[in-house]
Amino acid sequence: MTTHSQNAGDPHLAGLPGPVVHDEIVAARAPWRHRMAAGETLRVVDLDGNQAVDFLVYAAADDAERYSAQDTIARQGNIFLRTGSVLLSNEGRAMMTIAATSVDYHDTIGGACSCESNTLRYGHHTKAQHACVDNFLEANLHDGRAKRDIVSNVNFFMNVPVEADGALGIVDGISAPGMTVDLHAEMDVIVVVSNCPQINNPCNGFNPTPVRMIVTA
Amino acid sequence: MSGLADPGAARAHARAMGDTVVEAMPLLPPRADDLPAGVAPEDLLWEETIAAGGYASRRIARGTRLRLIDLRGDACASLLLFNADMPAERLNIADTVKVQWNAYPTTGSVLLSDMGRALASIETDEAGTHDAFCGASNRESNARRYGDGSNSGETPNARDRLLLGAAKHGLGRRDVHPCLNLFKGVRIALDGAVEPQIGPFAAGRALVLRAEMDLIVVLANCPHVRDERPWSVTPLRATAWRGPVAGQDDPIRNATPERRRAFLNTEDLYRR
Repeated sequence: MTTHSQNAGDPHLAGLPGPVVHDEIVAARAPWRHRMAAGETLRVVDLDGNQAVDFLVYAAADDAERYSAQDTIARQGNIFLRTGSVLLSNEGRAMMTIAATSVDYHDTIGGACSCESNTLRYGHHTKAQHACVDNFLEANLHDGRAKRDIVSNVNFFMNVPVEADGALGIVDGISAPGMTVDLHAEMDVIVVVSNCPQINNPCNGFNPTPVRMIVTA
Repeated sequence: MSGLADPGAARAHARAMGDTVVEAMPLLPPRADDLPAGVAPEDLLWEETIAAGGYASRRIARGTRLRLIDLRGDACASLLLFNADMPAERLNIADTVKVQWNAYPTTGSVLLSDMGRALASIETDEAGTHDAFCGASNRESNARRYGDGSNSGETPNARDRLLLGAAKHGLGRRDVHPCLNLFKGVRIALDGAVEPQIGPFAAGRALVLRAEMDLIVVLANCPHVRDERPWSVTPLRATAWRGPVAGQDDPIRNATPERRRAFLNTEDLYRR
């Protein structure tokens, strides 16, 4: 992982509130974990375009409270996450708000790839491939969280439409190089990310790439 | 004063209640006069009517059929499933819809674990209105809608009911995962909008689950989180009986390559 110095001419910083307190490139296929204080903003930059960023949030004060895709969908009455969407916890509290995004919408129904679900979707020959659940486990185990702490996640820059007959699937992305999503922390949180390593569906354009994480105070 | 000043009087008072019959209760030993043809009465395992606002949890064996009936057309059965031998393995609702390429579980759908295994199959479904997206109400959402969502109040929430049901198997807050709501449905519009199907519906709609693994089943019966009416929910009946494990020629198992591989993974777990 690389640390960047702040650069006034850096287009990825445009429009961010407050001073940069953290700036990091997450390598392709890698996990990332970061603690954020209430009031801070995280900008995720899809550097090379159509890179799924699998995303979980835990309350820093009590990590049995965590992001709930179902609560989030039920409250806003829509499966797509857009500017203004509030990421709710399993106890109905606001964890983060999507303050801005240059992508039309993001996914929260598609879940994370795992070695095991890959065997169902693609065949047992894919079991040995790296997967998001392994990234989530690695990042969470550091804090003492484990398998039971992994729940349905957000997939930034991933496109999962539901058709009229109920057909559902991960399809070509609607992101592009340099597109961003800004998340305002509504409480002290621990963000856990898998920079998705999937190579068997279009979620990463069949080519996992790095993403940039910028946190402003 | 109640007139029960000594233990003998209190005992007589308590024992006089023993044969009371109400709608929402378990029947022990279980009895049911409407078992499907071919199911022997001695194979009946569980007969319980779950109250409006109530919950139940139970361990059931691989092959067991669990029939749920929306007795009066306004039940909402929020369902959690755990691998009874290793409850860290549990229903994964995202994988369930993603792997089967379909948003609406119904007859023939398989409920998948986070380990790529078939936990249960929907053998028959007379309802067709189910919800994999909105999850359980919680104390906060019930407080906002009804003024209160506590277990001790009149309008309990589904999450806290699921927590109690899970807790009785030693499970806790980290174990209550995204659920499947049965009998109350949603459809997803092309713009992503959630369109709830709240009913009330015809009385007596039934759904039969087949356990593909040894399971802990947790059920809560509270109003759907998108139900905008004043508190409204009716009792839910659960009936379970012994049945055979799905064979290699099972039509649900073999309907799609993804389901076949989920059953292969389950069969691999039980290859002991």
